[in-house]
Amino acid sequence: MLNQTKPRLLWLQSITCNGNTHSFLNHPDLFSILSHFEVVHHPMLDSIYSMEELLQGSVPCDVLILEGSFKEEGFLKAGVEVSSLIHAYAQKAKHIISAGTCATFGGIFKQNDPDNISGFCFDLEEKTSRYEHYASKLISLPGCPIHPKWMSYVLLMLANKREIAIDHLHRPVELYGYTVHTGCTRNEYFEWKIDTKNFGLKEGCLFYEQGCQGPYTRGSCNKILWNDVSSKTRAGTPCFGCTEPHFPQTALFKTQTNMGIPAKMPLGVPRRAYLTLTGVVKSFKIKRFSQKLLEYDK
Amino acid sequence: MKIADKKALKRESIIQTALQLFSTNGFHRTTIPDIAAKLQMSVGNLYNYFSSKDLLAQEIIKYTSEALGEKIRDVNLTDDSAEAKIHQIVTIYFTMAKEKPEMIEYFLRVYLANREVFRDGCEGMVCVSGFITEIMIFFDDCVSSGELRNQDFFSAFGLFMGYLGGMVFLQGEEVLPKEIEFYIDDISRNIYNALKA
Repeated sequence: MLNQTKPRLLWLQSITCNGNTHSFLNHPDLFSILSHFEVVHHPMLDSIYSMEELLQGSVPCDVLILEGSFKEEGFLKAGVEVSSLIHAYAQKAKHIISAGTCATFGGIFKQNDPDNISGFCFDLEEKTSRYEHYASKLISLPGCPIHPKWMSYVLLMLANKREIAIDHLHRPVELYGYTVHTGCTRNEYFEWKIDTKNFGLKEGCLFYEQGCQGPYTRGSCNKILWNDVSSKTRAGTPCFGCTEPHFPQTALFKTQTNMGIPAKMPLGVPRRAYLTLTGVVKSFKIKRFSQKLLEYDK
Repeated sequence: MKIADKKALKRESIIQTALQLFSTNGFHRTTIPDIAAKLQMSVGNLYNYFSSKDLLAQEIIKYTSEALGEKIRDVNLTDDSAEAKIHQIVTIYFTMAKEKPEMIEYFLRVYLANREVFRDGCEGMVCVSGFITEIMIFFDDCVSSGELRNQDFFSAFGLFMGYLGGMVFLQGEEVLPKEIEFYIDDISRNIYNALKA
């Protein structure tokens, strides 16, 4: 029986790899968070309603989570156009959360059919025809996958009837107001323009040669750590910019440069300002930054 | 005129006078009393503006670098082709070498020849960043537009600026058989051909 005091949560998938579902299952407080809701349907958790009832469009829904890229025609589940299902529940829902870059902007699956596959309300950063209809209840959570705590932040805010401040792409500012660069443990090396010599090392910044997109990618990966422990850049892998509308890009392990100058500047930093600073900073050799960060043999 | 403005004007006139003397007579053969005498000011007052000759020398390289950088910035702000921009930069450089030879001479004969003076305070690119930044922007723009070949910055920078510096040095040595502006077209074309995509 439904508990009418709790908002009813429906998790719907379209063209997806399940990545966001799996990511959310890693939340250490998953069931505590879900206890604030009636989970009417979820692709992997015990739910009140069956798939059959879901396909009939008869399941109640207050919070709709969409996972996966969107295609208006030609993507069917059990003989039903998934788009018609999404539209039916999107109209009922009070809140729509697009979970992941695919559902938000089109993401990886858009690459297969760029003209017909997009996010639900955005196609890259352009508004789709659906935007106007659903914008008032839309919250975007791009990421490949999303961090489980980004989802829990939104869900708990909704459960507590708190307003979520969002930006022009409907991303919560508390989560996407930062860049991935914020909080990176390599920031000293970024400041002194010292690149890491390889992947997986503790020393050096990954921005100059190794393709790191952290300085111009919105996300809180280095503020809200993955598995509460680390992040890509802390572990020594470049940020791939997976929260950005144009994800995925190519040559992810190599910084695109024009005569050694990064082709993309850190977010909002004018090129002239950046290059002036770079020229000055590169003129100094700081001994500590040429040494191993941790010495165990001494 | 406010006192601060007066001081700024005085400061600039010291820089310009010292620039002239250092470039003509050499850094070590020019003394602070020489500069003060030329400006008709007391040595003590000059020290109120610059506490040492080395510091004055460092301020001059920043001043010349900014002056050249500003002119190249104007080129960067145009929508001209890479070939046209190269021609303009060569023209700017050679015109400055002819009309204000002390600006370029200072770089070649004081800054590069007396590294010990600039070691502490003008490390690497610190005092020439006004100029270097604009050259970087020029290269970045021309590679982004597909007109110049993408390569290591210093390979391109050395070819461009080494070439121009060398020509101005030869002019200073009075070795060139013709006026320096005679060489602008050919040198611009050579640089473009060497760097184009």
